[in-house]
Amino acid sequence: MTATLVLPAALRPAAGGAPELDIAEGTVRAALDSLAATMPLLERRVRDEQGRVRPHIRLYLGSSDVEDLEGLDTKVAAGARLYVIPAVSGG
Amino acid sequence: MPETTLLIGTRKGALVARRPRAGAAWELGPLELPMSEVYGTGIDARGATPRLFAAADSPHWGPTLFHSDDMGRTWNEPGEAPVAFPKETGASLVRIWQIQAGPASAPGVVYAGVEPHALFRSEDGGITFSLVEGLYNHPHRGEWVPGNGGACLHTVVPHPTDPDRVLVALSAGGVYRTRDGGASWEAANRGIQSYWMPEDQRFPEFGQCVHKVASHPSFPERLFAQNHFGVYRSDNYGTSWETIESGLPSTFGFPMVVHPQEPETIYIFPLKADSHRFPATGRCEVYRSRDGGKSWTALRSGLPEGEYRAAVLRDAMCTDGGDPAGIYFGTRAGEVYGSPDAGDHFEKITEHLPDVLSVRAVQLS
Repeated sequence: MTATLVLPAALRPAAGGAPELDIAEGTVRAALDSLAATMPLLERRVRDEQGRVRPHIRLYLGSSDVEDLEGLDTKVAAGARLYVIPAVSGG
Repeated sequence: MPETTLLIGTRKGALVARRPRAGAAWELGPLELPMSEVYGTGIDARGATPRLFAAADSPHWGPTLFHSDDMGRTWNEPGEAPVAFPKETGASLVRIWQIQAGPASAPGVVYAGVEPHALFRSEDGGITFSLVEGLYNHPHRGEWVPGNGGACLHTVVPHPTDPDRVLVALSAGGVYRTRDGGASWEAANRGIQSYWMPEDQRFPEFGQCVHKVASHPSFPERLFAQNHFGVYRSDNYGTSWETIESGLPSTFGFPMVVHPQEPETIYIFPLKADSHRFPATGRCEVYRSRDGGKSWTALRSGLPEGEYRAAVLRDAMCTDGGDPAGIYFGTRAGEVYGSPDAGDHFEKITEHLPDVLSVRAVQLS
């Protein structure tokens, strides 16, 4: 059983055009580490080289910001949807 | 007749302008890498096919480095991060400020100057880079401070014939140089003033806010620098510096460009002051010296008449290396100007761009 990583439109080209990707259940960190191995160009759009989520990005597990849960150690259950959400910022 | 390619980095992407032959109209390509700040552009013209670089910094998706081997028609990004700090540093790349090809004798070498203060070196033509640890671990590091633009290493001046010698400038740390391929670095700021310090501390060993350094390949010991107040010349590869400010309307500014054939001919764009970053005279004027800084002349033929309020940033002026030399600059008003005759006359190449952060040009026969 897998979970789903939901990508914003701006990141889909780095995923071959896919709006969603299957990820293994586990933790947010493990999902991103796995992504770093298979799609490094996509993963580094989300985290920097030290594994820190970039400042203008939020990760939501369902309707909750993972920062309000357990951060990157938040558990991702089978069937869950993990959203990458860019900040509404810029000019 | 030579073809000229001009790579323009802006606050919201990059584009390439191409002039198929001298005197022809400029052809503008589409805006690529949209919504990325392109502070660092570079052209490595050492190989049979020039390689263009665009350092793209997305506020959302972070910094990265693209390259193009078809003169900007398509841009490529490696799968693995081309420039990234090693885990053990704990540091994260904020921005690539400078992309600079190494000397002809080291054909695969390309340097990247970045924020936070660090130098990276590539040996595969700019696809993958490694941290130059000798500079990163320099004992002065803890005392370097960010300039207004950030803690950036913004200038890399490789020696044209000796691949072991490289000079860099950082804000605000000053000028450093290596003679052993980057293993060790020494500060090279004697004579450069930090005007903001107390009077008895205005000539420190390091900590100066040098904005840009340039040299001519035929006289690599001679350097020219535009400082945060102060225009300087060194005739000994930075061992000592002297001011070359007589006749300038201001000593503040960002770019410094050397003519590709005339080692005594240099170009700057003076701004009034750090507190008033507008053209020094209120007009759009490039200043040129043809005698190594002893005297200066304002160049304004073909440039906008009347009041002008846009600045030119440190890498937003360049030459195309041709003969006769083309001189180019872009402004924070989104205009790009070019001169086919070493600055005697300018023409507007394009306008209505996002503010221009960097330009690089090359002539190809």
